[in-house]
Amino acid sequence: MTATTTMDATPISHEKYEERAFGFWIYLMSDAIIFALLFATYVVMLGNTAGGPTGKELFSLERAAGETALLLLSSATFGFAAVALANADKSRSLLWLLVTVALGAGFLFLEFREFRGMIAQGAGPDRSGFLSAFFTLVGTHGVHVSIGILGIFVIIGQVLIKGLTTPVVSRLARLGLFWHFLDIIWVAIFSVVYLPGLF
Amino acid sequence: MEIFGRLTIDSLPFYSAIAASGAAVTMLGALSVMALITYFGAWRLVLFDWVSSLDHKKIGIMYIMIALVMLLRGFIDAAMMRSQQAIAYNNDGYLPPGHFDQIFTSHGTIMIFFMAMPFLSGLINLIMPQQIGARDVAFPFMNSVNLWLTAAGAGLVLISLVIGQFSTAGWTGYPPYSGAEYNPGVGVDYWLWAVLISGVGSTMSGINFLVTIIKCRAPGMYLFRMPLFTWTVFVTSILMIFAFPALTVACGMLALDRTFGMHFFTNAMGGNMMNYINLFWLWGHPEVYILILPAFGVFSEVVATFSQKRLFGYISLVLATVAIGLLSFTVWLHHFFTMGSSANVNAFFGIMTTIIAVPTGVKVFDWLLTMYRGRIIFKPPMLFTIGFLVTFVIGGLSGVLLAMPPVDYLLHNTTFLIAHFHNMIIPGVLFGYLAGYMFWFPKAFGFKLNEKWGAWSFWCWIIGFYIAFMPLYVLGLMGMPRRMEHYDVAAWQMHLIIAAVGAFIIFLGIVCLGVQLALSIRDRQQALDLTGDPWNGRSLEWATSSPPAPYNFAVLPKVRSVDAFWDMKQRGVAYHQPDRYVDLVLPKNSFIGAFIGGAGFVFGFAMVWYMWWLAVLCLAAIALAVIVRASDDDTDYVMLASDVKEIEDARCAELAKAPRNEMADDPGFAGEPVLEASA
Amino acid sequence: MIVRLALPYRLQRVASAFGLVLLCSGCGALTSPDLDPSGPVTLAERLLLFDAVSIMMIVVVPVFIMTALFTWRYRGTNRNARYTPNFAYYWPVEILVWGVPAAIIVWLGFHLWEGTHRLDPYKAIDQGVEALRVEAVAQDWKWLFIYPEQNIAVVNELVFPSGTPLALRITSDTVMNSFVIPALGGQIYAMAGMQTRLHLLADKPGRFMGRNVQYSGRGFADQQFDAIATFSKEDFEAWAAKVKASLDTLDAATYEQLAKPSAKVPVTYYSGVEPNLFDKIIAKWRRGDEIDPSAPLPANGNRRMRNSGDLR
Repeated sequence: MTATTTMDATPISHEKYEERAFGFWIYLMSDAIIFALLFATYVVMLGNTAGGPTGKELFSLERAAGETALLLLSSATFGFAAVALANADKSRSLLWLLVTVALGAGFLFLEFREFRGMIAQGAGPDRSGFLSAFFTLVGTHGVHVSIGILGIFVIIGQVLIKGLTTPVVSRLARLGLFWHFLDIIWVAIFSVVYLPGLF
Repeated sequence: MEIFGRLTIDSLPFYSAIAASGAAVTMLGALSVMALITYFGAWRLVLFDWVSSLDHKKIGIMYIMIALVMLLRGFIDAAMMRSQQAIAYNNDGYLPPGHFDQIFTSHGTIMIFFMAMPFLSGLINLIMPQQIGARDVAFPFMNSVNLWLTAAGAGLVLISLVIGQFSTAGWTGYPPYSGAEYNPGVGVDYWLWAVLISGVGSTMSGINFLVTIIKCRAPGMYLFRMPLFTWTVFVTSILMIFAFPALTVACGMLALDRTFGMHFFTNAMGGNMMNYINLFWLWGHPEVYILILPAFGVFSEVVATFSQKRLFGYISLVLATVAIGLLSFTVWLHHFFTMGSSANVNAFFGIMTTIIAVPTGVKVFDWLLTMYRGRIIFKPPMLFTIGFLVTFVIGGLSGVLLAMPPVDYLLHNTTFLIAHFHNMIIPGVLFGYLAGYMFWFPKAFGFKLNEKWGAWSFWCWIIGFYIAFMPLYVLGLMGMPRRMEHYDVAAWQMHLIIAAVGAFIIFLGIVCLGVQLALSIRDRQQALDLTGDPWNGRSLEWATSSPPAPYNFAVLPKVRSVDAFWDMKQRGVAYHQPDRYVDLVLPKNSFIGAFIGGAGFVFGFAMVWYMWWLAVLCLAAIALAVIVRASDDDTDYVMLASDVKEIEDARCAELAKAPRNEMADDPGFAGEPVLEASA
Repeated sequence: MIVRLALPYRLQRVASAFGLVLLCSGCGALTSPDLDPSGPVTLAERLLLFDAVSIMMIVVVPVFIMTALFTWRYRGTNRNARYTPNFAYYWPVEILVWGVPAAIIVWLGFHLWEGTHRLDPYKAIDQGVEALRVEAVAQDWKWLFIYPEQNIAVVNELVFPSGTPLALRITSDTVMNSFVIPALGGQIYAMAGMQTRLHLLADKPGRFMGRNVQYSGRGFADQQFDAIATFSKEDFEAWAAKVKASLDTLDAATYEQLAKPSAKVPVTYYSGVEPNLFDKIIAKWRRGDEIDPSAPLPANGNRRMRNSGDLR
C-alpha cells in the first residue's frame, strides 16, 4: 500500500477502492451461495405440499411477469444513473436513481400483495414445507431488494450532500453490483419457481 | 404485545443449585473484570485504545482473549461431564436431570464456535498481515465488527446460564428434536442466535482475509513466496466464505421453523429433517478444515524455526493444503452414513473421505523431514508440534476406520466417534493454537512467556489427553453411546473413571497455562524481546519490533525469496533504515464496531425471548450505524513522517542494545544465518 | 534447559502411562459386542475394521519411528548428527509420501466399495430360510416391536430365532432415533413419516443389548431393549404364544396412550395389533392427522416416494 502525502485531498489511495470493489464481489459470491442453497431447498421440497395448495394453484403468471418487468427495468434505469454519473451529471443521475427506487418499490408492492393474498387464503409459510421454502426463497430476495432501496436512498443523500466525490461514486458502483445481482437472482426465481410452477 | 416477551421471573436459574452456581460464577466473572479495570484506572485505555481499535494486532489479541476465557468455560463443561459419567453407574449421578444435556451441548458449541474460531481468527489477524508485509488487513473496520459479533455470540451463550437455559439438542442441533414441537423453550433459540450472529462475523472475516492476501502483499511477495501459515490462511478463508452460508441457511431455516411456525424440518406438514442434516454438514465438514488448516500452518512455521532448517517440501505442502481445501467440500455425507443412503452414495463419500487422508499424510511426512538433519530446539511450541505428530495420526487412523460405512454403522454415535474427533481437535487444532500462542506471544507483547511452565502445560495436556480419550475408543468398541447421562453396564465404569482422571490432568495443564501467563507478566522485564526476533525466525513478522509499531513496516519490505526475513538477514539488509520516511495513512479508532456487536447481542437476546419491539429496534440501530459509517469519508488519519522517524529511531536504539541473535545463548543454536559477504 | 534434559525421562513416563492405560482398557474391550460378535454382519464389519487398521500401520508406524528417531538424533545439542539447513526438496521422497498413501487408499477403496455394498443394511440376508419380518417403532423413550405375521406386539423386547434372518422395517413416532444392536450389526436412523430397513442375523442364541444411539431427550439414557435370539424355532413359537396369551391388545386408542412420553417402560406384551399399524404411523406424519383406524391408506402418498414412505 503506497502512502500518500498530506497534499492529497482524498487520503484513501486508489488501491483501497479496488480492494473494496473486489471484496464486494467476494461478498456477492457468498450471497449467491445462500441463494443457491435456498433454490436447492425449494426444488427438493416442491412436492411437500402436505395436502395444501401447489404452485399451480397459487402463482399468477401476469403478476410474475409484471414483477419481472419492473425489476429488469429498474436495472436499466440504474444503468442510466451510472452513465449520467460517468458524465458527472448530478441531477440526471439523481433522477434515474429515483426512478429506480420507484420501480423497485413497485416490485415490492406487487410481491407484498402476492404474499398477503396467499396468507389470506391459508397458503402462508406455515401451511406446508413447500410454502415455507417458497416464502423463504422469494422473501429473502425481497428483503435484499428492500435493503437495496434503502441503500439507494442513502446514496441519494450522499450525492446531494457531498456531491459526486470519489468515495460516493465508488459506493454507488458497489450498490449497482448489488442491484444487478438481485436482478440475476430474480431471473432465476422466475425460471425455477414461477414458470415451472405453472405447468 | 408484552414488553418482556416470554421473559418472566421464572427464567432465573433458581430451579437448581448447580444452575444458580453457574449463573453466579458468570456474573462474578463479569463483575470482577470490570472491578479490575476500575482498580487499575484503565477504563480510558480499555475503551479508547482497545475496544475502539481497528488495528489488526489488537483485534487479534482480543480474539485470543475471548478464546482463552471460553476454553476455560468449555473445559468446566467437560469436567462436569467426565465426573458425572464416572459416578453414574446405576444411579443418576450428581447433575440434576436435563443439566447433562445442556452441558454437552454448550461444551461442543463453545469449543467450536467460541474457542477454536476466535483462536484462529486471532492468530490470523495478529500475524498474517505482517507475514505478507502489509500494514493492516484490507477492511479494518469490518475486522472490528466481526470481532464484536463473535463476542456477541459468546455473550449469548454465557447469558443463557443466568437467564433461561441453554439448548439440549447437541452442538449440531438436529431437528425435529430442536424444533418448536419438541423443544419450545428458549434453549435452542439461544444456540441458534449465538451461532447465526457469530457466523455472519466468520463469513465476513473470510472475505477480509482473502482480499488481504490477494491484494495487500508487499512488492516481491509472490504467492509462492508466502509463508505456509499464510497459505493455510488463504485456503481457510476460501472455505469460510463458501461454507458459512450453508450454516446460515440451515440455522436460519430452523429459526424460521421455531419462530414463525414454518415447516422446513418438522415431522409433519411436509418438513424433511434430512435437509437440515445435509445443509448443516455441508458447512460442518469444511468447518473442521477451517479449524485445522491454520493449525497446520502454525506447525509449519514452528517446525522450520525450531529445527533451524528450511521447511521441507514447500510446494508439496501448498498443493496438499489446496487439495484438502477442495476435497473438504466432497465428503460431508460421512457424518450421516447411517441415515439410509444407498450403498453407492455411502461408498462414494467413504472413498472421498479416505482420499482426503492422503494430503494430510503428506504434510505429516514433510514436517518430519523438516526435522531430519536439522538442529532441534525443544521450546514449548516445538513440544506441542512433536506431540501433535505422534498423536494426530492415531486420530487419522480412527478417521479412516469411520470412513468405511460398514464400520461406521457400528461406531457412529458412540464414544469412539467422540474419541476420534477429540483426537483430531486437541492434538491438531488446540496444540497448534497453543503453539502459535506461545510462539507469537513475544511479538504481540514484547516479552517472552515462561518456558518451564509452558513445557509443564504441554506434558499435562498430552498425558491428560491420552488418559482421557483412549478409554473412549475402547468404550465405543464396547457399544457405549455418546451423550449418556447415566448407564447400567458395569464394564463401562472403570474406563470412565480413567477418563475422568485424564480430564483432571488436562485441568492441571490449564492451570499451568494460567501460572505461565501470570509469572511471565510478573517477570517481563527479565524476558524482554528487544530485537523483535526472539526465535531467529524466517518470515517477515519477525522483522517488525515486538510489539510492532501501529503501521508494522515503516518501509514496505522488498521480498526476494521464500523465507523472506531469513533471506534478508543473510544478505545483511534485515534492519536497514531508509534515508527518508514518508507520511503513513492509518485507520482512526471507531466505536461503531463494538456498537454493532452490542446491538447484535441485544438483538439475539430479544429474538430468544420474543421481544419483537426490541429486535426491530436493534436492527434499526445496526442499520443506522452502518449508514453512519458508510457516509463517513474521514475515517483515516495521517501519521507524519517525523512521527514515524521517531518510532523507528527508538527501535534502532533498542536494536543496538540487544544481542545480535536472541537464540545465540541456546545450547542447540546452530549459528545460522551466516551473513553473505557484504557488497 | 530443564525441558531438554527431562525429555528422555518424560518420554519413558509417557510411554508407560500410555501402555498402562491401553492394558487396562483392553481388558473390557475383548469381550465387547463389537469385537466378539454374535452375527455375521458385525463379524464382517469387524473384519473390515481389522483389515483397515492393519494396512494403515504402513503409514502410522513409520511416523512413530521417524518422530522418535529424529527427535533424539537431531536434537540441537547433538553435534554428531549431520546438519543440512537448506535440504528442502527431494523428489524421490515426494513420490513416496504421495504415492504410498495413495496406493493404500486405492486398496482401501476397493474394500470399502465392496464392503459397503455387501453390508448394505437394506440388503436381505440369504440363509435359505425365510426371514422373520418385524416392524420397529421408536417412541419417547422406548421401542415398540410389531410382528405383522404373528399379529403381536412387544415393548422393549425383540425376540427372534437364531439362524433366522431378521428383516426390520423401522420408523419413528417422535424425533430422530437410531436403531442398533451392536452384537448383531450396524445402525440405521429412525425418522417420522419415513421408513428405513435393517437386516440382521444371529448365528447363535443369546441375549444382546439393543438401543437408540441418537440423543432424543430426557429418557434417552434408558432407551434400550433386549434382543433375544432363541435356541430354536420352537422356542420362538413358544414365546409368541406366550405373547398371544396377553390380555392387552394394541388398538389405536391403546397406541395413543403408549406413544406418550415415558421412560424405563417394562416389557409389555400385546396379543393383537391394529391392522397396518406401522404404515398408519408413517401415514399419520405424512398427512398430519391422528391415526384413524377407518381411513384408507393414501393411494399415492407423496409423489416422490413409494406408498410405504420407503427412502429408496
